[in-house]
Amino acid sequence: MEKPQENVTSAAGHGEKEDGAGAAIVLFFILGLVASLVIGWIFFPPLVYSTKRQPVDFNHVKHMELVSDGCESCHFFRPDGTYSGVPQLAQCIQCHEEPNGEDPEEVKFVEEFVKKGREVPWLVYSRQPACVFFSHAAHVKMAQMDCVTCHGHIGESENLRPYQENRISGYSRDIWGKNPLGLRRNSWDRMKMDVCAECHAGAHVNPGSVQTQKDGCFVCHK
Amino acid sequence: MKIDRRCFLSFIVGGAAGTALSPLPWKITDDLSIWSQNWPWTPVPSRGETSFVTSTCTLCPGGCGIRVRKVDERAVKVDGLKGHPVNDGGLCILGLAAAQLLYASTRVRGPLKKVDGAWREISWADAIQEIAATLADLRAKGQPQSVAWISESDRGTTAELCKRFLTVYGSPNYFRTPSLQDAYETALYLTQGQRAMAGFDAAQADFVLSFSSGLIEGWGSPVYMFRARNAMRQHGGRIGQVEPRLSKTAAKADQWVPITPGTEGALALGLIHVIIAEGLYRKNFIDSRSTGFDALKQLVGASYAPEAVAKLTGIEAKTIVDLAKAFAAAKKPLAVCGRGSGRIPGGLQEVLAVHYLNALAGNINQPGGVIAVPEPEYIDWPEPEMDAVASQGVQQPRLDGAGRGSFPLARYLLNRLPEVLTAGSSAPVQALFVSGANPAYSLADTQAVAKAFSKVPLIVSLSSYMDETAAMAHYILPSHAHLERYEDVPAALGFPKPILGLSKPAVKPVFKTKYVGDVVMALAKAVGGSVAGAFGWESYEACLKQTLGGAWDTLVKNGYVVDGQFKPAEFETASQTFEFTNPALATLPAYAVQRVPGDEKSFPLTLIPYDTMRLASGPIGSPPFLMKALEETALQQNTSLVDVNPATAKELGLAEGSAAVLSTPKGSARVKVHLFDGIMPGLLALPRGLGHTAYDTYLAGKGVNTNALIGPVEDPGSGFEAGWGIRANLTRA
Repeated sequence: MEKPQENVTSAAGHGEKEDGAGAAIVLFFILGLVASLVIGWIFFPPLVYSTKRQPVDFNHVKHMELVSDGCESCHFFRPDGTYSGVPQLAQCIQCHEEPNGEDPEEVKFVEEFVKKGREVPWLVYSRQPACVFFSHAAHVKMAQMDCVTCHGHIGESENLRPYQENRISGYSRDIWGKNPLGLRRNSWDRMKMDVCAECHAGAHVNPGSVQTQKDGCFVCHK
Repeated sequence: MKIDRRCFLSFIVGGAAGTALSPLPWKITDDLSIWSQNWPWTPVPSRGETSFVTSTCTLCPGGCGIRVRKVDERAVKVDGLKGHPVNDGGLCILGLAAAQLLYASTRVRGPLKKVDGAWREISWADAIQEIAATLADLRAKGQPQSVAWISESDRGTTAELCKRFLTVYGSPNYFRTPSLQDAYETALYLTQGQRAMAGFDAAQADFVLSFSSGLIEGWGSPVYMFRARNAMRQHGGRIGQVEPRLSKTAAKADQWVPITPGTEGALALGLIHVIIAEGLYRKNFIDSRSTGFDALKQLVGASYAPEAVAKLTGIEAKTIVDLAKAFAAAKKPLAVCGRGSGRIPGGLQEVLAVHYLNALAGNINQPGGVIAVPEPEYIDWPEPEMDAVASQGVQQPRLDGAGRGSFPLARYLLNRLPEVLTAGSSAPVQALFVSGANPAYSLADTQAVAKAFSKVPLIVSLSSYMDETAAMAHYILPSHAHLERYEDVPAALGFPKPILGLSKPAVKPVFKTKYVGDVVMALAKAVGGSVAGAFGWESYEACLKQTLGGAWDTLVKNGYVVDGQFKPAEFETASQTFEFTNPALATLPAYAVQRVPGDEKSFPLTLIPYDTMRLASGPIGSPPFLMKALEETALQQNTSLVDVNPATAKELGLAEGSAAVLSTPKGSARVKVHLFDGIMPGLLALPRGLGHTAYDTYLAGKGVNTNALIGPVEDPGSGFEAGWGIRANLTRA
């Protein structure tokens, strides 16, 4: 019996000593955990992005009231089926050769860009990396998708929100989405590959490449 | 509470756990991967509206139709134009890489003037004014004939404007750069009495006998010949290639007959001997449509019997007889000549001998044969008014001696100009204009050419690129590149029908350049008087539009006009027949094997240049894409490879990849040895189109320029450049 007794005593004695050290270890673990969580969740996300203003403000609502063909009035398909994207100066000039009103943003637009013949360096929220092939015609014309599905309600905005650019990749925050974990509530909250893949898989469209008949890498990454 | 090492480790572990539970590592990994997949220096086509412009390629005289794809205002891709009679959607590698030429770093960005050996920018107005002042001065001194103009072509509105300028200014010295066209045009003129271009209906032939012609290596209209070759093979046609080296054309032929270089003409005469001796010629044609058949019989008498020819050419007598029989037995045989891509004219008697073969086969102006394509006649401008200085100036003899004396048949002999310039103590050329040509690179013996040009007090280059000639010039008045301008393309070289193409600007000029046609008009206006009076047009474009008249709209829409109903004209000789002999032919020195310079003792080997589609060897320098596509057997790093037969290499003690020095009477160069069973023993072969000293880092200093090693050889009787090679030696470095 002696031996176990000894063992218990020594274990208890040792344990008493350890309690203080153990608490310190746990405390430091928690400290490290909390600090890194705070950094990772609170400080880090805004640090990844720099905020830029658009060169000129733009009121989608006002323009939508004046046009007859919705989004496609300005963001149209060219006769060969390619998509024109953000309007070029030549389009804007059709109405804005001179300022139509007294809005300072419109005056600035005419003075800075129209009169100097400079294209507006718009910062495009939805610009995908150059390694991504995307056809608007396939989605809008063939699959009859709504602009809102991917772009949200930008057509109902009165101002252009600040553009947040990823300091590392150089692309817009809209691609990853506002949520640091990349979670989304709406279809337009995020424009990364998982979103594309989810929809493609769900609708069974182009699950494989036309060339290889294999999984869909080459559908978007040509 | 004791804080020790374990607390610190615990803090780190906690931190790691917290980090892993935060978005930080996942987000950074994702961002870094996107960043690394889209390096900012990776070229990505610009975004914008895609559009297409149809035009005609002017990078060589082939006359291919092209379609330029643009994204907004940038040309991004050039393709062959589908349905075009010449190339039907096909295009050569140079044409495909043309967008690189447009935006090349070697483009001259605006007018330049050389001051104390360095280039200074100068305004267009000042440059024109200064050059015109020198020109006016020369006229005042009564030396208008001392102004010379070198160009790649003598057809079409641009060349005609340059010629018109020289004429009203008072100089007869317009030069077209030498090519196979010189010899073929003269051969057609002598035998058929027609000023015409030779067209080859190879697509419909059933046996093509090629005397060293690179049918799929740039000969004639390169893409048309590719297509014609494929078409003839599809209907069972055969190709016999007579050539000292197993070129791509030879490798793809049905029969390859290696021949001692320079004896191609002798073989042609030998074949004629056999065909006549065995009565295999087309009697219909010979009896009713030719004269001088007896003279031809006499010409190929005993001295060109198969055994004699076998000794000259190194081909067995039996092979010669078989080849002659195969040629004569074919329904539509066609014989063609001109070494490689036809960069040099070669001997006139050689071309005539090959042309006689065609006549014996009765295929002149017949489907599958040689077609005399009339020179274009749409340029019909009023005769210019000439003042006394001009009238006197144009009466002066041409500097190269073409059209008189020993060379009555030649129209242009640019190959003789360097010697003329160097010979006397005076400077016979006071001002030299160079447009669309690069003689400092492309004429034989470049050192002698450089020395000759250094005696010209004023050289004006109208090149779009900083080529060798431009680098030597005193002024550069850069022209628009080929995708930036309107220009008529009066013919497609070697195409069997008359075709007129239009080159259209696909993009706005990238730099401060002016088209040659406009520069000529500006110079004329600045010189003034009757010189200015000869150019009534507002601009080159206006001149072109007026000249093309009714065809303009079709040309703008389709890019070309082709005469589908074309029938070749009857023979226009005195006898109205094909003449194997006539007074002009009789005065020509008889055929002799073409020897090349150098004594056999010091130079026991023979060097021949060869052409490849992957190198541009004319006035255009190869763009980077071509250099990337070049075979490893032509160039390694910056060293040219010389083809050597393994047996010869063994004698010389050289192995594959050995560094060696290639020397000729004209110079020497460091090369690497490439062992090649496809080259005859005793021969060395180097690719044309390398060894540029000018242009940019993609092209300059890479390999050897064959023209730096080869000297000119004058064909007796015609004066044409006939230097197909040179004696050489190869030693271990």
